[in-house]
Amino acid sequence: MKRNRVIAALVVMAGVFGWLLFGGLEKNVVFFLTPKELLAKGTDGVGVAVRLGGQVKPGSVQWDAKTLDLRFTVTDGAREMAVRSTGAPPQMFRDGMGVIVEGRVGAGGVFEATNLMVKHSNEYRAPKPGEEAHEKYKTLIKQTGP
Amino acid sequence: MPAPDRSLDARPARPPRTSPWMGVAAILVLAATQAYSISTSPAEGDMGHLQKIMYVHVPAAWMTFLAFFVVLVFSVKYLWKGREDDDLVAASAAEVGATLNGLTLVLGMIWGRPAWGVWWVWDARLTSTLVLFLIFAGYLALRAFVDDEQQRARWSAAVGAIGAINVPIVYMSVKWWRTLHQPPSSPATLDPAYTMGLRINAFALLFVMIFFIRKRYEIARLERAAEHAAEAAALGAP
Repeated sequence: MKRNRVIAALVVMAGVFGWLLFGGLEKNVVFFLTPKELLAKGTDGVGVAVRLGGQVKPGSVQWDAKTLDLRFTVTDGAREMAVRSTGAPPQMFRDGMGVIVEGRVGAGGVFEATNLMVKHSNEYRAPKPGEEAHEKYKTLIKQTGP
Repeated sequence: MPAPDRSLDARPARPPRTSPWMGVAAILVLAATQAYSISTSPAEGDMGHLQKIMYVHVPAAWMTFLAFFVVLVFSVKYLWKGREDDDLVAASAAEVGATLNGLTLVLGMIWGRPAWGVWWVWDARLTSTLVLFLIFAGYLALRAFVDDEQQRARWSAAVGAIGAINVPIVYMSVKWWRTLHQPPSSPATLDPAYTMGLRINAFALLFVMIFFIRKRYEIARLERAAEHAAEAAALGAP
């Protein structure tokens, strides 16, 4: 009786482990593609669910606070891709920040994002004297409002 | 005249006792290092005061690794020498390690929601850390299911020794694979204002962890002694 429960527990453990490793994780070992990699796929990359990662190209952010329409360009230094997203972005979203967007490339070559994530680097810096810590998204909304 | 009982006399009459004051001191030190680092470190350039979650999240992750290392060492030692005490140390470290692993995950989620915009993603770092938690949980579940002491010790030592493989995988995941989670920070990528806080909190949490592992081990010893005594009584000393 006890022995059966042990075996059942081990089977469940092995199953969960296997699922995570080969089902959940394998798909995500390359968690996102860079613009260069996604563009290299050509038409194979259009219309399929994919994650795109890179840096928000400085100066590319356009945010309409009324329609919550957010447009920006993601770059990997080599290639870049226009992204359209809706909804308020995460607090740390801003020019020059790392981002990962989930969605698919539309017919027009614009990446239609259903989910926007900010990717932080491993650097933690205090603001220099006289500089304020950014409270990014508040200022983003204020600055680009109507 | 029956001879006095044998089996229990081989063990020390009074098992080692960690003073509860060590626990009080450990908690106080941790409270002090938290208060110090929270009050002295400036708001971070990108994420403001959110950065302060680092002072528990990162040390908790380090101590999770360390706890599993203790499980590994004492599991191997048990498999080699077969001493009951080694099994109990490994089990105690696994309980404390599982708690710290859970703390790491929960704090990471609380940090991720405002910083990344999501509570959870299935990237290699987060997934492998969850797998580590499941290995801890599986190890403890296995112990709960097996009645025979020797069998339990042997099986769980095998799980503890093999499961430790995942620790370097968790650590290296952000270097081997592309993830949402950032790679480890180092003094080069961390302002000195944050480095100090991280270090002292790591030491404080180490102190707390050592206390709990010791205490849990001592309790496990007492439980085991009580079980042996009950067994001896049930068998009916002549």
